[in-house]
Amino acid sequence: MADATLDAKGLNCPLPILKAKKALKDLKVGETLEILATDPGAIKDFEAFCRTTGNELVESGEEGEVYRFVIKRAA
Amino acid sequence: MGDGNQMTEEAVEQTIGNAKSMTIIATKGTLDWAYPPFILATTAAAMDIDVTMFFTFYGLPLLNKKLDLQLGTLGNPAMKMPMMGMHMGMPSIVGVIPGVTSGATAMMKNMMKKKGVASIEELREAAVLSDVRIIACQMTLDLFEMDPDDMIEGIELGGAATYIESAVKSDINLYI
Repeated sequence: MADATLDAKGLNCPLPILKAKKALKDLKVGETLEILATDPGAIKDFEAFCRTTGNELVESGEEGEVYRFVIKRAA
Repeated sequence: MGDGNQMTEEAVEQTIGNAKSMTIIATKGTLDWAYPPFILATTAAAMDIDVTMFFTFYGLPLLNKKLDLQLGTLGNPAMKMPMMGMHMGMPSIVGVIPGVTSGATAMMKNMMKKKGVASIEELREAAVLSDVRIIACQMTLDLFEMDPDDMIEGIELGGAATYIESAVKSDINLYI
């Protein structure tokens, strides 16, 4: 189980990223954030976001029409 | 040997050295042209990049508290409108007919809401909250006889040199 969940379903670029960043700030280092999204662009965008910020993309997958990501907060 | 301290200093230096920065010049004030600068600025800020935005000419009114942005329908042959269940090109000349601009704008805003696209007001607020540095062009302010009191809080006034000082140190500089 992730430490927090962000429902970004129905939101389009760049809102899932902006809201994820905000939600990550509220977590402690090492805690995880689960993100649910429907924007197909989110797959590549969360990969790029994590590569650039150093946060760890622990999971990235699809459940039905919903994309699910788990990000672990780095420093 | 004091290795521990040295490592820490190195780590700090590396972190500072890795901090990237970006500047964006926003020169256009129609609804469609307002999006790229704000989307890129907010996303970059979310990715821990220091962002400076410089608003000049028709980009400057994007800093007014009250926005009523319109779609630019003229001279945009790439624009397709949803009509009769499909997306059809609109001949440029149609754009001169009174009411077409506001009609197309209403359709676009409606579509954006339906598709979960943020409003410019939302993105601008996100930019302010994520500490994006916002510079309003002093010369444009004088030229257009605009009042800084009508503009959002937390912006600074500056000129070309203020922008260049920021741009010369930045990794990415965009003109939109």
